Amino acid sequence: MNKRQFLDPQRRHDLDVIARFVNPGDKVLDLGCGDGLFLRKLKNDHKAQVLGVEIDQDSIVRCIGNGVPVIQRDLNDELNYIPPKSFDLAVLSHTLQETRRPDLLLKEIVKVGKRAAVSVINFGHWRCRAQVAFGGKMPRSTQMPFQWYDTPNIHFCTLNDFRELCRQLEITILEEYPIPGRYPRLTRLMPNIFATVCVFILEAK
Amino acid sequence: MTHALTGDAHVCGRHTPEDKKPGWWDEMIGPGKAVDTNKYFVICSNIIGGCSGSTGPQSIDPDTGKPYNTNFPVITVADMVRAQKRLVEHLGIKKLLAVLGGSMGGMQVLQWAVDYPDAMDCFIPIATASSFTPQNIAFDWVAREAIKADPNWKNGDYTPDMPPDHGLAAARMLAHITYLSEESLGRKFGRTLQDKAEFDFKFDFDFAVESYLQYQGQRFVERFDANSYLYITRATDYFDVTAKHGGDLNATFARVKSAALVVSFSSDWLFPTEQSRKIVDALLHNGKEVSFCEIKSGYGHDAFLLEVDTLGRMVRDFLHYRQEARNHE
Repeated sequence: MNKRQFLDPQRRHDLDVIARFVNPGDKVLDLGCGDGLFLRKLKNDHKAQVLGVEIDQDSIVRCIGNGVPVIQRDLNDELNYIPPKSFDLAVLSHTLQETRRPDLLLKEIVKVGKRAAVSVINFGHWRCRAQVAFGGKMPRSTQMPFQWYDTPNIHFCTLNDFRELCRQLEITILEEYPIPGRYPRLTRLMPNIFATVCVFILEAK
Repeated sequence: MTHALTGDAHVCGRHTPEDKKPGWWDEMIGPGKAVDTNKYFVICSNIIGGCSGSTGPQSIDPDTGKPYNTNFPVITVADMVRAQKRLVEHLGIKKLLAVLGGSMGGMQVLQWAVDYPDAMDCFIPIATASSFTPQNIAFDWVAREAIKADPNWKNGDYTPDMPPDHGLAAARMLAHITYLSEESLGRKFGRTLQDKAEFDFKFDFDFAVESYLQYQGQRFVERFDANSYLYITRATDYFDVTAKHGGDLNATFARVKSAALVVSFSSDWLFPTEQSRKIVDALLHNGKEVSFCEIKSGYGHDAFLLEVDTLGRMVRDFLHYRQEARNHE
């Protein structure tokens, strides 16, 4: 997967939310960790023991340059190289939509992590709806700047779709943190319409 | 630093300004390079069994006053590492920052990490495997057959003026092919003919690739001893880091106490990425700190000597953070 080229943790509110779930000494796995800046922050500021998984060679080189342990793997493969429940938190941020089988990956991620933090880009956001309904074209946004034919994002869902999938997979949603675009109050009321992204904290049943 | 099959202790720099070539990993190691000798003290010793300075089949057997030749005991990778450990103790070093090496050097690295887990802060096995594969053993067998079939070999008791050069050159040519890739051979030579426009329709070399192998074979016999080649390849055949631990890689790596950086190369078919992944998975199984990257390269196994930009950057940064962690302790 051609992941985000550069990750600025300052601008990623979902990562701020996820970081709140990391306690000192926790073991954290970041699937699709990019250049490892988020894990570096968890390692330095939260004293977490971290491991990244990444497929892109340049990103791996940068991870090591950031002092973050990382292994090269394709997230479309099983996670059977990670012992079950060996991490306190398994993180999947802005990545699920790039995988071939999001359902299989979700099943795996709650196996390797005692808890999982998954941030999901909301395709049900009103702007997406408006672009399809009134523009008659596939939605594009800052989170999804690509054209439909050359996008790495192949599996989009709405927050309702995601909840339904978790139900089917018997995954418990412990907490939800919808991240607003411009309307925080409306986002709280109707996340499936107003949240751009939502962080789900998950656990296997 | 642990050297590969036909490497030696001369790892970087030139001993005299007249030296034609610098050490075998000169692009990686030296002042200001990935392994910065302004910062780190680098040790590399000749392996036992070799012919570049350590005790090997060419050494004189004190009981007979003659070279050991094939009376030299068969050695293992663990023996090489044991000798290196004694050297490090002799130098008064309590803990190394890192043990690193590629190919057979990588096997020694793994043996170090398992046999002397407290002796290092990190280890970097490159383009290697936790045990020699049947395919590796098969190539070694053919190489040794070539040496043994040379009439000059005489069961190992050849004289310095009549060494089994043909056999050793053939062994080297075979091995050399395994260090390259179809892509690198294709790019370097294609089907180009060597100094001629048409085939000779004879059995001397026509193709550039044939001439190249011939040259590699000739250069090799000038610096290497045929019996040493037999002993060292035998040592690699026997290599299996799990041997003393019930053949179980997970159980073997339970002993490891230091962080690892494992590196493989995409076109390396002698030590394919799958072999490195086995190492990585077993370290992960034991909850050890490990990083792993398969570097994209068309150079085959030789990539570990050639892809110095990417490999160098990773090794430099990895060592930097290990050094930092060590200073904090």
